[in-house]
Amino acid sequence: MIVEFGHFALLLALAVALVQMVLPALGARTGDANLMRVGEPAALAQLWLLTTAFAALTYAYVTSDFSVENVWANSHTDKPLIYRISGVWGNHEGSMLLWVLILAVFGAAVAIFGANLPWTLRANVLAVQAAIAVAFLVFIVFASNPFTRIPLQPEGRGLNPILQDPALAIHPPLLYAGYVGLSMAFSFAVAALIEGRIDAAWARWVRPWTLAAWIFLTLGIAMGSWWAYYELGWGGWWFWDPVENASFMPWLAATALLHSAVVMEKREALKVWTILLAILAFSLSLIGTFLVRSGVLTSVHAFAVDPRRGVFILMILVVLIGGALALYARRAPYLRQGGLFAPISREGALVLNNVLLTVGCGTVFVGTLYPLALESITGDKISVGPPYFNSTFAPLMVPLLLALPLGPMLAWKRGDVPGALQRLLTAAVLSLLALVVTAALARRGPWLAPFAVALGVWVAAGAVCEWASRIKLFSASVEEALRRAANLPRSAYGGMLAHAGVGVMVIGIAATSAWQSEVVLTMKPGERAEIAGYELTFRDVSPRRGPNYQEQVGLLTVSQGGSAVTELHPSKRTYDAPRQTTSEAGIHAALSGDLYAVLGDEVAGSDGAWVIRLYFNPLVRLIWIGAIIMSLGGLLSLSDRRLRIGAPRRARRRPEAATVPAE
Amino acid sequence: MTRKQRRASLVGLAVAVLGLAVFLVVYALRDTIVFFHTPKEVVEKQVPPGKRIRLGGLVAEGSLKRGTGLSVEFAITDTAKTIPVSYTGILPDLFREGQGVVAEGKLDASGRFQADYVLAKHDENYMPPEVAKSLKEQGLWQHTGKETKDRGQK
Repeated sequence: MIVEFGHFALLLALAVALVQMVLPALGARTGDANLMRVGEPAALAQLWLLTTAFAALTYAYVTSDFSVENVWANSHTDKPLIYRISGVWGNHEGSMLLWVLILAVFGAAVAIFGANLPWTLRANVLAVQAAIAVAFLVFIVFASNPFTRIPLQPEGRGLNPILQDPALAIHPPLLYAGYVGLSMAFSFAVAALIEGRIDAAWARWVRPWTLAAWIFLTLGIAMGSWWAYYELGWGGWWFWDPVENASFMPWLAATALLHSAVVMEKREALKVWTILLAILAFSLSLIGTFLVRSGVLTSVHAFAVDPRRGVFILMILVVLIGGALALYARRAPYLRQGGLFAPISREGALVLNNVLLTVGCGTVFVGTLYPLALESITGDKISVGPPYFNSTFAPLMVPLLLALPLGPMLAWKRGDVPGALQRLLTAAVLSLLALVVTAALARRGPWLAPFAVALGVWVAAGAVCEWASRIKLFSASVEEALRRAANLPRSAYGGMLAHAGVGVMVIGIAATSAWQSEVVLTMKPGERAEIAGYELTFRDVSPRRGPNYQEQVGLLTVSQGGSAVTELHPSKRTYDAPRQTTSEAGIHAALSGDLYAVLGDEVAGSDGAWVIRLYFNPLVRLIWIGAIIMSLGGLLSLSDRRLRIGAPRRARRRPEAATVPAE
Repeated sequence: MTRKQRRASLVGLAVAVLGLAVFLVVYALRDTIVFFHTPKEVVEKQVPPGKRIRLGGLVAEGSLKRGTGLSVEFAITDTAKTIPVSYTGILPDLFREGQGVVAEGKLDASGRFQADYVLAKHDENYMPPEVAKSLKEQGLWQHTGKETKDRGQK
């Protein structure tokens, strides 16, 4: 009954979305305020209806209602409650429902906080949001319906065990919040094109939404990487897997968009480009969503399994992306161009950032989709792996990181590179020092690695130098510096923090990629192994029973220089349903590096010997710490008054506040 | 600088970066991609020894032999042809006889496949799509299920 109620709410949401797509846009065209006013209540109604539908599906999962096909196919009565709930979005149909629910949340946010947007712009934005919702709701109702009933089954088939993990329970919602958040930039871009008018206020409106989406994406991707690291037992943190690339491409585009929106807001330049980026960023989100969930990545032939779904997906992509780009082609030439600037200037640096990020995104796109294209054209099956990305994407990031600390030091309109370099002298010295020290310490690994570490130090230290130079830390009195530090806007702190996070992450990536140690060996109880200065003793393997799995838990004691450090418990789990084995790595985490142990198979015919794989991943934590610092920077920037969602104008009082002495 | 020159410098920058990227992509696509073959294709297309490929099929029943230490031998079959494989390292959790597997490596001169990387993708009723497809073409397979992924590395 509740399930039918949810199904009904879903259908009703589609009807409401249709109304919201048509009437406000019509009103904006004819200047009819009553029609435009339909947008807000419709957006709120959508939110309530979709919340109801989502709650109904969650209810079916929690109560294990196996007369619902989706629940039967993806759940099991043995599962702990949290995984019964996360099972709702651990599959294609449920995740699509989550997607539209988040879309409705963003739509409702425009309705609630958009009171001071120009009327017609708000109406058009809500109409475009509704158009996206219509496309997805039609897809869900007709090709991916999670409420489909089947004859009651005694037991469900269970959720894929590797998805039964806390990080993966929250990873999809975070990622989706990021994907869908970019729909705001898209809707604003399309609405601006419909109106044929765009100004700095537009950028001020779009930035907070993009920033919020970017924070979610950053955290979501980092969470996915962290999960892959400890759950898959491969000792790596990023595999250039198409599923990872699908989330990385929108992130790159969103990062570029954030930066070009700054130029547009501050200098009214790059308008046409910013609009295009907004469209592209969301298009990549759409492609990412479908790539991951449609099964097309496994093979283009997955489309053939359910052709209706494939056709629907292609139609949505063609209509939304193609429509927006067509509108762009028609209207963009008429947008008024703004501010002039010299190539060497803050704007110029941001253009460089945009060019490198979008071209980098393009190389990832080619590497991800080339196998699909080749297979559907020639039938040849190929795999494009890390070597491709390391030799295309990575080289493009080098100039980006080199230029990164310089950009914020350049003045708007016309910059001065020698002057900027002078203020970055400390960072340059530190970076050189890092190069010399790492090159001296590293007795193995690629010769490029110390340069990569130095690059990371350059970026991180550059952010600190920027702060020091902005508050005149050493050139003015301490009071003056403190006063300046207090008056620096939060968005400035946010930017510097995010850049520092990039630097920290680059150091982690360089160190762990170049100097990871790995040992694979068979160990009998009592035997010892050594890795990266740690001494490990294999004790035993004992069976243990979990809530819905049986596991073999290994015990390794770790000591360093004769004193005990910790114990590692790598395990092998065999789940009851579906009957599948997963490895749980035993990890000793430290800032200097992770000790990482994976339990292999028992060696047949030997008494108690097991295959064990050990890794030492130096500085690997810096990768996720860097991502968290970046997100914190984003959050700090988002909390800036000027950018706060709903604040239409720059806070007028700021110039006066700045003149009030700190005392 | 005039407006035109400024614009030209920006366009020049974009074209330069794009050109560099195209060069890198073309170069990388020629050198780093790995073709997937079934045992039958390896025999029919006479894949030369030393060329890096992915070999996919089912682990032949009764073919798994564990040698000393970490070395293993098994055979990959697509029911038409069977190719012996050597591998040193931990096999993925999902590796089973009779199940789908993809191995990456090179053929040696004796026709044995030296794998340095083994990938098993399946649940109870899943096998790599490439394998499923080639089995389907031979009329031996009907089902594709949902997937999980697992791999072993040297």
